Amino acid sequence: MIWLIEQLPLLTILASLLTAVIIFMLRDRRRRARTFWNLFGAVTKLVLVVFMLYAVISGVELEVVWLVLPDLSFRLAADPLALLFVMLSASLWLVTTIYAIGYLEGSGQRARFFGFFSLCVAATTGIALANNLFTFFIFYEALTLATYPLVVHRGHPAALQAGRIYLTYTLGGGALLLVGAVMLHTAVGDQPFTPGGVEAVALWAADSPLMATLVIGLMLAGVGVKAALVPLHSWLPIAMVAPAPVSALLHAVAVVKAGAFGVIRIVQDIYGAEIAFELGITPVLAVLAAITIIYGSLRALAQTDIKRRLAFSTVSQVSYITLGVAAGGPLALIGGVAHLVHQGLMKITLFFCAGNYSETLGISRIDQLNGVGWRMPWTSVAFTVGALGMVGLPPLAGFISKWYLGLGALQQGSYWVLAVLVLSTLLNAAYFLPVIRRIWLLPAAPIGLKRHDSGKLESHAWLLYPALITAFAALFAGAFAASQWSPLSWAERIVEQEYPLDER
Amino acid sequence: MSLLPSLPLAFFLPLLTALLVFLVGMRRAPWLPLLGALATVLVVADIAISVALDGPQRHHLGGWEPPLGVELYADGLAALMVLLTALVGLAVTLYAGPYLRGKGHSGEHFWPLWLIQWATLNGIFLSADLFNLYVMLELLTLTATPLAAMAADRSALGAALRYLLLALLGSLAYLLGVALLYGSTGSLHLHEVGELLQADAAAAVAAALITAGLFAKAAIFPLHIWLMPAHSNAPAPASAALSALVAKAAVYLLLRLWLWVFPVLLTAPMGWLIGGLGATAVLYGALQALRQNRLKPLIAYSTIAQLGYLLLLLPLVVVPAAATYAWHGVAYQALVHGLAKAAAFLAAGNVIYCLGNDRLEGLRGLTPYLSISLLALGLAFAALMGMPPTGGFLAKWLILTGALGSGQWVWAIVLILGSLLAGAYAFRVLSVAHASPPYGWIEIYPPRPVPLVMQLTPLMLALLAVVMGISAVPVLNLLDQGAPEVLP
Repeated sequence: MIWLIEQLPLLTILASLLTAVIIFMLRDRRRRARTFWNLFGAVTKLVLVVFMLYAVISGVELEVVWLVLPDLSFRLAADPLALLFVMLSASLWLVTTIYAIGYLEGSGQRARFFGFFSLCVAATTGIALANNLFTFFIFYEALTLATYPLVVHRGHPAALQAGRIYLTYTLGGGALLLVGAVMLHTAVGDQPFTPGGVEAVALWAADSPLMATLVIGLMLAGVGVKAALVPLHSWLPIAMVAPAPVSALLHAVAVVKAGAFGVIRIVQDIYGAEIAFELGITPVLAVLAAITIIYGSLRALAQTDIKRRLAFSTVSQVSYITLGVAAGGPLALIGGVAHLVHQGLMKITLFFCAGNYSETLGISRIDQLNGVGWRMPWTSVAFTVGALGMVGLPPLAGFISKWYLGLGALQQGSYWVLAVLVLSTLLNAAYFLPVIRRIWLLPAAPIGLKRHDSGKLESHAWLLYPALITAFAALFAGAFAASQWSPLSWAERIVEQEYPLDER
Repeated sequence: MSLLPSLPLAFFLPLLTALLVFLVGMRRAPWLPLLGALATVLVVADIAISVALDGPQRHHLGGWEPPLGVELYADGLAALMVLLTALVGLAVTLYAGPYLRGKGHSGEHFWPLWLIQWATLNGIFLSADLFNLYVMLELLTLTATPLAAMAADRSALGAALRYLLLALLGSLAYLLGVALLYGSTGSLHLHEVGELLQADAAAAVAAALITAGLFAKAAIFPLHIWLMPAHSNAPAPASAALSALVAKAAVYLLLRLWLWVFPVLLTAPMGWLIGGLGATAVLYGALQALRQNRLKPLIAYSTIAQLGYLLLLLPLVVVPAAATYAWHGVAYQALVHGLAKAAAFLAAGNVIYCLGNDRLEGLRGLTPYLSISLLALGLAFAALMGMPPTGGFLAKWLILTGALGSGQWVWAIVLILGSLLAGAYAFRVLSVAHASPPYGWIEIYPPRPVPLVMQLTPLMLALLAVVMGISAVPVLNLLDQGAPEVLP
């Protein structure tokens, strides 16, 4: 039994991997079997993650290690940061699966879609649980391969074009990360992630600072592609051509988060915040993140398409995580890490709602949203919660992250970060509040929606409930942030490991 | 020690099967090739196990010791290569039956040729005698040419003729080189010649002749021109064997001779010269693959590129910091490429079987009919690109570690560019496979169902290439049995 518990990280990955294999083998017609396996896989995984959480809290060290090459190991471990991300992806996967079943059943190529959908989550789980850079890279690239078929799922020329751009960026980023990882490996050997930084890396960085800077630069550029840091962000809005559940997954759980998570791992758990600062990396990163935050918001403001506005909003919001890492100090890091979860909850809600509007009423542009709140009240409530959270209205989740980011900036004396936060909040308000006003306050347009109008008032339950669940989660994560089980408290627990107590 | 004389059996079993197939005829005993293949697989597994447990194995044919007799010798590298041959061979044997029946080819020609080819391949991997190797090389050409010509149309015949010409020239150059070596050392035994050889003019000329001859046979740039038409016009199972094994056998021999016979000549500039040609092959092959509009030529050009990676061993192995990594990485690359390339050609064969042609555009909307084959193709491409979690990734990681760890940036850049270009041509294929079909497609081309065994064999090979990404340690342990002395 003990042996099996130690294998939990591996089993969690296998839960989605085996689901993928089973689904690939089912024929397209077998809808009920597929639905069953999809949900079975998602629930099993969530249960395994909860077990893992329980085991770690009761003090069991979960680690899976084997040699892949004579001097290199495959390592999985459930540390607090890994658990945060894996909990987020496991729970949001369950919700997204429900949503995707509602959204896609009836269209073609479902076996392929759901197979790769599961593979995608298996790769994300691997990214979360990886405990050295080599293992992280394996899953990081596997994620690229698994998302491609989802991006091009619709198969029309625009989808194929988006897939090509997505690949160009992500494969290029992967190559940079690979070169960096190999160089790091030749310099310091196989090193597991260590909160606060690896000692051997610190010695090496003191010895040859130029090389160390080059390597961290290559690696951050590599993960920066998926984290959509300006100027590596262009693939993200184009990838919007994918079906709504994929966008939700891409934006909230899998791809961009893999990038942001990579930034945390590289800066905090390989180099350590102090070394990264001394090498001059985190100041540059902070500026890039700040530029991305403002740029993404400005571009979002200019969009007329709902999904594209949300996409640029993602570009902006994901960089809060990077900013939290780069701004320095424990408080900002708490804000960044908590935002990993908070942004996920809010953004997935918004994408679910955007999908519901387009599925039920055929709405894809913002100017078509007039008065839709009275037509689809529940979807619109969820949308409003998500949008207000993004703006940072207390007590929603987004407020908490921004609060900690701001406190962190004050602690470090970087007042310009504070200015960026304020400006970004104003911009967020500028592109979300008018949408909310349209939804609830403007009179509905009586014409122009006939073709899609099915006469139903609300979306199908499979589409509606996921949005409501994540909206409530975003509400609770903010309102009960002080409770022991909130993402914020968990982020504090992670940061306690990164910074020894006396420095706080 | 093993109880069976496995080393000679690895050569004689397929040969015997070929003879029986010829005498008895496929019609009366259609199960014969499979039986022979299975027996060969067992014998080869026995070789691998004995090498792993007891180190390199020797066998003197007829009990005659060298220099009179011919020595068969299996170290880790040879054992792995015959193992690869056995896996690909088994898949080709399983696949060829239904494929040839379905395409109306005559098995009468295919089976004896293919089985003799298998025997010859094992002969090349297991011989430690330079003249015996020459005989095997000739025999390999004589089986590969008719296989390449089997389609018997104008382009296949032309391609086969071009192949025959270049391969014969290559053998001739090789033979001249061997004669020179015999003249200066008085021995034909691979290891003995290596010990006796001095770095003089005769040795240099011999090395040049042998290298040029093997370049022609391995289709290394600039002697690559025969490969694409020959490999892409052959029937799919033959293409798989030609690309995964036959061309690689020549590279194998090239590297073995440089590491075991000519290490005295292997200086850094010489390594750079050969490595430079390999690098050119990598980039040229990948760029050509990117321009193809048919599937099999694309995969054949990919072979030219992938064989180029193997030559990077020579510039890296002379640098002590990189030597072991390069040795491990290149050998691993050769194995993974063999599995993945065979899988890709067999999957392409399924496309041809289903559609009647292999134009890329034809892949539109084929997914529902060929999902297993396209999955195999996708996995094989992932391995060729060196993407995790496949074995190709571990090979790339090893070679990169060698190159970057010893400060040889050039090879690292070649490797990265090569894999990005591989990604470009791979996803050109996969994106068409994901595209929605043109309107009314089903009515125009009624696809022909592909037998299950033909769908599963490429998938199995591709999955093996993926599984090799889980850990390279067992393979590398076997490889290090009898590793060359140039390694630190």
